[in-house]
Amino acid sequence: MNESENMTREVAAPVRDNAEVEAALNRRYEAGFVTDIESTTLPPGLNEDTVRQLSAIKGEPEWMTEWRLAAYRHWLTMPEPDWAKLDIAPIDYQAVSYYSAPKAGPKSLDEVDPKLLETYEKLGVPLHERARLAGVAVDAVFDSVSVGTTFRKELAEAGVIFCSMSEAIRDHGDLVRQYLGSVVPAGDNYFAALNSAVFSDGSFVFIPKGVRCPMELSTYFRINAMNTGQFERTLIVAEDDAYVSYLEGCTAPMRDENQLHAAVVELVALERAQIKYSTVQNWYPGDENGVGGIYNFVTKRGDCRGADSKISWTQVETGSAITWKYPSCVLRGDRSVGEFYSVALTHHRQQADTGTKMIHIGKGTKSKIVSKGISAGRSSNSYRGLVKIEKGAEGARNYTQCDSLLIGKKCGAHTFPYMEVKNPSAIVEHEATTSKISDDQLFYCLSRGIGEEDAVSMIVDGFCKQVFRELPMEFAVEAKKLLEVSLEGAVG
Amino acid sequence: MHMLKIDNLHARVEGKEILKGLSLTVKPGEVHAIMGPNGAGKSTLGNVLAGRDGYEVTQGTVDFAGRDLLALEPEERAAVGVFLAFQYPVEIPGVNNTYFLRAALNAQRKFRGEDELDSMRFLKLVREKLKVMQISDELLHRAVNEGFSGGEKKRNEIFQMAVLEPKLAILDETDSGLDIDALKQVAEGVNALRSPDRSFVIVTHYQRLLDYIQPDYVHVLAGGRIVESGDKDLALKLEEQGYAWLAETHPELRKADLAGAPA
Repeated sequence: MNESENMTREVAAPVRDNAEVEAALNRRYEAGFVTDIESTTLPPGLNEDTVRQLSAIKGEPEWMTEWRLAAYRHWLTMPEPDWAKLDIAPIDYQAVSYYSAPKAGPKSLDEVDPKLLETYEKLGVPLHERARLAGVAVDAVFDSVSVGTTFRKELAEAGVIFCSMSEAIRDHGDLVRQYLGSVVPAGDNYFAALNSAVFSDGSFVFIPKGVRCPMELSTYFRINAMNTGQFERTLIVAEDDAYVSYLEGCTAPMRDENQLHAAVVELVALERAQIKYSTVQNWYPGDENGVGGIYNFVTKRGDCRGADSKISWTQVETGSAITWKYPSCVLRGDRSVGEFYSVALTHHRQQADTGTKMIHIGKGTKSKIVSKGISAGRSSNSYRGLVKIEKGAEGARNYTQCDSLLIGKKCGAHTFPYMEVKNPSAIVEHEATTSKISDDQLFYCLSRGIGEEDAVSMIVDGFCKQVFRELPMEFAVEAKKLLEVSLEGAVG
Repeated sequence: MHMLKIDNLHARVEGKEILKGLSLTVKPGEVHAIMGPNGAGKSTLGNVLAGRDGYEVTQGTVDFAGRDLLALEPEERAAVGVFLAFQYPVEIPGVNNTYFLRAALNAQRKFRGEDELDSMRFLKLVREKLKVMQISDELLHRAVNEGFSGGEKKRNEIFQMAVLEPKLAILDETDSGLDIDALKQVAEGVNALRSPDRSFVIVTHYQRLLDYIQPDYVHVLAGGRIVESGDKDLALKLEEQGYAWLAETHPELRKADLAGAPA
């Protein structure tokens, strides 16, 4: 299939008038509080000095500073991408502050500002004792720095490294140097280059040979300071026969200005290794008129470098004013497997252009894509995906399923599936549906005694079931709740 | 005392008046069959009683066991005991059939101020009700009506009715599209649910359902009103003679009102 055969679909659904529902729809963003803590923030602006300064604040080695500078210089030569189906107001990169850290630089969890811990508590992040109970190891990134990683000792006993990227650069420099940028090169794309120049923190995970990580790992990102960009960098390496399941969650306060978030996530899976990466993204989406909200430009890529390795992306995206994100898999090792399960929900004026790329290089590689887009309000929700079968990918297989659900008649759903098949033995399947929550379905639920709000969330939950099944249990519950909150009153 | 008293009901759909002064009284335990030509307003009646959006009542009253039924939201009508078995049961992908039914039952119980059933008690109830209407374990655990055959969908409706235990069940052409075996199964389910305090309004196009469910009354709905009432014999007469003869006793009915022929 070539580009000219791309599909775009827009379907209008009937309107329902319901003032009550409309009111609930405008329910406020629950994670939208600001934490009042003193912080050290670099003045807005970006030039080579900012990059050097940032690197110096973090006490980075020379090679890291040079790496950043090279990325910055490359970034200067690149144009902003405009191919996505997104309507973005121009971004003034000089108005953004590229570093903000709580002032009392914490060394360990016990030294963490109690107010910060309170913030996480409000967010329901299982830090500290709660983490112990929940059995989830959490690395929390607040604005630009990582404030504490739980379960360090337990993980160390298993040989697992789970720490902030800053620490990793300091304490595990060789590993970082070996893998950083090996999946997403510094000059990969505009936002990846920007991130490479100014990333401030993030998580580093290393699972050595033969180790099955004894617990779910989790990172919580939060943007707090005003006019601050967040540029985190995550790197996960699973050596031969290693396994890890990793989850990230994101929130931000409500602000009238748009805030920039440009992250890079790199995954490396060696022979027979498996990485399961799950995201629950709930950045502030802006208000109902499209004022404020996070610009979320993220590059996520996994490299199935070893034979029989597997990388699985699961994402539940409900937040951000703009989402530009295509978690991808490079299936280099023979018989390696890539998966992408996605629920992307847009409401009000939110815009999402998201999907995946599956690049089949090795023989007998397999990929599976299940994308569920839900659009409500005046939002726009696009799936954009590339399935590429290289010449040597004998017997490669792909299955893609793209479903869109429309709520209301002012939203749009679009599907842009690209396929490039260079090996005739490959089997590539694509299925797509667009549906709407029908009056019939709603009335059926009502006539059985189920109220409208519950009916809508039940129908949406059913629509997303295939993806929720892929999330770790407790996060599946959270994801379901998040959709309910995001959609309240969407039938308007 | 009546269960349902519809008095001079007028209703519009998309600006067009479909019900034009319909009156009907149903007492507890009674089974009323409503027959009539196509376009007479049979399905409209069910939808109006269940409270579907877009069905606008312009005149008349509906009293349900002492309540003004028309003042209630659709889900409240379900909770006070009105059940509509759909002509075309709706598919809800990804929503487990049993989960859906439990959510429905508990929503109704909550509205009535009763305690909600936990999964153990609910499963016990389900097992009990499977005696009334047999449906397979597989169907119980599939998504609501998804991939069900026509007969399975209708049996699922009767099964829901058995679990929800309504006071008034309205069956909207439940027999349509069923072969004779499926029809018998559905009829047996309905008969098992008949009781002195439960009433049925059975909307049907064909007489044959009434071979298996014995109605107390048969009504002819034509031109948006009940124009003729009788017992089982009326259904047989309709089957033999069609509806055209009604024009003699009801000169106000236009030819178009009587155009739809029964089986």
